[in-house]
Amino acid sequence: MEDMTKLLSEFTVGESGRIVKVAGEGKIRRRLFDMGVTPGAEVTMKKKAPLGDPIEVTLRGYELTLRKVEAACVEVELK
Amino acid sequence: MRTFALAGNPNCGKTTLFNALTGSTAHVGNWPGVTVDKKDGLYKSDKETVAIIDLPGIYSLSPYTPEEVIARNYILDEHPDGIINIVDATNLERNLYLTTQILEMDVPVIVALNFMDEVEKAGDKIDPKVIENALGVPVVPVSALTGKGIKELMERAISMPATREGKTVIRDAISGPLEPVLSYYKDSDVNSPLFHAIKLLEADEIEIERKGAKAALATATAGQAEGEEDLEAVIADERYKYISAHLSSAKTKAMHTLETKSDRIDKVLTHRVWAIPIFLVILLLLFHLTFSSNLFFLNGFTEKQNWMPTLFDPVEEGGLGWEETWSTTLLACFYDGTVFSPGVILANIFTWITDYITEGVSLLISVCGGAAWIDSLVCDAVLGGIFAVLGFLPQILLLFLGFSILEDTGYMARIAFVLDRIFRRFGLSGRAFMPMIMGFGCGLPAIINTRTLADEKERTATIRVIPFFSCGAKLPILTGMAGAMVSAFGFGNADLITYAMYLVGIITALVCVILMRNTTLKGDTPPFIMELPTYHFPKTRNLMLHIWDKAKHFVKKAFTIIFLSTIVIWFLQSFSWRWEFLLQDTQDLVDGIGLTASQKALTAADANYFVNMFTDGNGNLLVEGMVNLRTDESILGSLGMLLQPIFTPLGFGSQAGELGWVFAVAAITGLVAKENVVATFGALAAVVAATYIDTETNGAAACLAMVANTDITWQGVIAFIVFNMTTIPCFASCATAKAELPKGKFKWTLLFWFATSYIVSACVYTVLSWWWTTFIWLAALAIAVTLIVLNNRHKLDKLKIRRRNKKNGPDNTAAASD
Repeated sequence: MEDMTKLLSEFTVGESGRIVKVAGEGKIRRRLFDMGVTPGAEVTMKKKAPLGDPIEVTLRGYELTLRKVEAACVEVELK
Repeated sequence: MRTFALAGNPNCGKTTLFNALTGSTAHVGNWPGVTVDKKDGLYKSDKETVAIIDLPGIYSLSPYTPEEVIARNYILDEHPDGIINIVDATNLERNLYLTTQILEMDVPVIVALNFMDEVEKAGDKIDPKVIENALGVPVVPVSALTGKGIKELMERAISMPATREGKTVIRDAISGPLEPVLSYYKDSDVNSPLFHAIKLLEADEIEIERKGAKAALATATAGQAEGEEDLEAVIADERYKYISAHLSSAKTKAMHTLETKSDRIDKVLTHRVWAIPIFLVILLLLFHLTFSSNLFFLNGFTEKQNWMPTLFDPVEEGGLGWEETWSTTLLACFYDGTVFSPGVILANIFTWITDYITEGVSLLISVCGGAAWIDSLVCDAVLGGIFAVLGFLPQILLLFLGFSILEDTGYMARIAFVLDRIFRRFGLSGRAFMPMIMGFGCGLPAIINTRTLADEKERTATIRVIPFFSCGAKLPILTGMAGAMVSAFGFGNADLITYAMYLVGIITALVCVILMRNTTLKGDTPPFIMELPTYHFPKTRNLMLHIWDKAKHFVKKAFTIIFLSTIVIWFLQSFSWRWEFLLQDTQDLVDGIGLTASQKALTAADANYFVNMFTDGNGNLLVEGMVNLRTDESILGSLGMLLQPIFTPLGFGSQAGELGWVFAVAAITGLVAKENVVATFGALAAVVAATYIDTETNGAAACLAMVANTDITWQGVIAFIVFNMTTIPCFASCATAKAELPKGKFKWTLLFWFATSYIVSACVYTVLSWWWTTFIWLAALAIAVTLIVLNNRHKLDKLKIRRRNKKNGPDNTAAASD
């Protein structure tokens, strides 16, 4: 793993980057792909829910929410 | 007639377009085997009339959610004459992802570019021609809301050629592995081979199960080098790449302000601190507007309690002393010493109307010389049953309206976002919260609302625990019995008991969810990867159509299963085993007409026995019409006596004494509607306490009569409340649950409800009676939990071994670390 990559679940609010890898079990991975979370996509961490989880990200021009466990499947290269 | 299907993402304006196209011809049903709404209707143009089918809103044609499978199978198997793919122009990139998949099927496609007006308002420009060239199918800009462009859309849709061969935008990227798979499908002669082939390359669950598919996939991917990105990722990525490559030339972006209106609303509604308080206030307001008979607490606004006069009470009792005529009683629907909320006003007006209908019908029957039992059958059972159930309708619909507004505006998605963390602990997603909380109002809309839950097991678990969130109809049992307990045994606090009972219900629900999610309804917590749609102003037309659908649904049920079951209970209650009709007219009783032998003995001992029971001091009848003073002789009564011993472990069985069967009878009548429990006590008071109690005005007295005249202990009273709160809900809820649950699950659900209420009330009774039994219950719980954990671990180990054997490669590390 390079120094410049980080899991989406570890992002702080306002950070953004480019997705490099999507892992995870079949169903979750498929769902992430379908919602536009694919390698190459730009993603910005927008906000955390009041209780810290799930998180909200901006991606491909819309708002997506996902849990931290699911965000941990997404590896992002920081800009 | 030709058929066109609407397909598109959720929140893309599909429902609005469907409503605009079909108008009043729309019809809502279910897709076979699943509880996903199926809407169809007709579109009439100058040239021809076509059928329109609304497919569920989906993001992709993956095989994981029922919605996706429905849409996919419909297009593949039902061969519609064309697909109208609605695309949200403000969110082109993700919306066109679905389009690229639909294009791979052998079906004519037309793209409707919705929300173009909003794109223009934001200062952006999208050239439909460029998209049309990129996709190779017609693209028509429309505004579903204003109707702009819809005519052109349908004209072009109708004039599309009858067939179209599937095309893919990603052929260049995957041509290597695609060719062998594609030829396999072409050889096996299936429709839309291209679509199937690409799905197989995505390792799609449905495709892999096809005979020979695995082998075809293996040969296709044999050349793939290890460590290379897998095809599933490549395909998804290529779709998006193609879209963004062609979008850059279609879309001219204006300078954007950094913060949209949606962002600003979100700043408040999902605020770190205020999100949950704001949500609670909105929820409270919704319930208040629906159920409160003291709107905005106007009644207690001043120091003086009840400072506003009632309409019909005599002046010395703080009323206006009005006479009850049809107009003043109508006025009383809106105000009677307290200002009613809109929900209560609607319910009052409904009751006002139905009362007059019942009275009229009763009059008609007596004029025609109908027998007393016919009058009772028609008025008490048929009309009474239907009106009792329909009486919920105004408030249910209002509750529905409120929740639909929250859903339509996009707020519901935020609630799920805010609350997900809490609910995940119980193996549910944040979305499960709404139906559960609705249960406090009425279980019926709550059960229907579980449709917003994607996971079937999560849905089943939620439906099962909804009755434990004590609904409005159970409140009179709670307050009546708690009050009776306090006055009969002289200790405790009715409010505190009521409050504690609500808590018992909630705890039962949570424990049951955890147990179910770890045993019979085991499954991973459903993923929570969803769109937070931009806030929209709700569309009145959509809301009204939605409410109308629910109303139709409900009325249909009221007239079938609920209607039948009501008649059965009425029959059991009103007839003895010798087919003798047990109800008697109060006037006859007072006049001494048609008395039974035992009643004659009563009047012989006290000539004024019935006079005292049914008239005031001046000889006016207090209770008019038919009453049942002989429930003990009825079939239901003997059924109650038969069932009485069953309730002994719960504290209201044999130990409640000779008259203890009243509790069993009330529990049975409660199945029709929970209001009946207290109403039955009113009728039973004639048997146990030689008085007749009108439960509409004095439910607590009826409860007290039961408690005081049987040998029930205070622990038994509490156990009785708990039992009624957690047991099988009313018939209306049961019928709804049957329709909403997956096939075959309903009978287990009934058993679950009964078993849960039995165990929980037995637990409450024994713990309250003998404190040391707490340890026995705790030990039993500990054993159950241990067994479940051990069993699950055993299964998990097996699964892991199987998985390890299956996957023999570098991927293995990921599976093992799970």
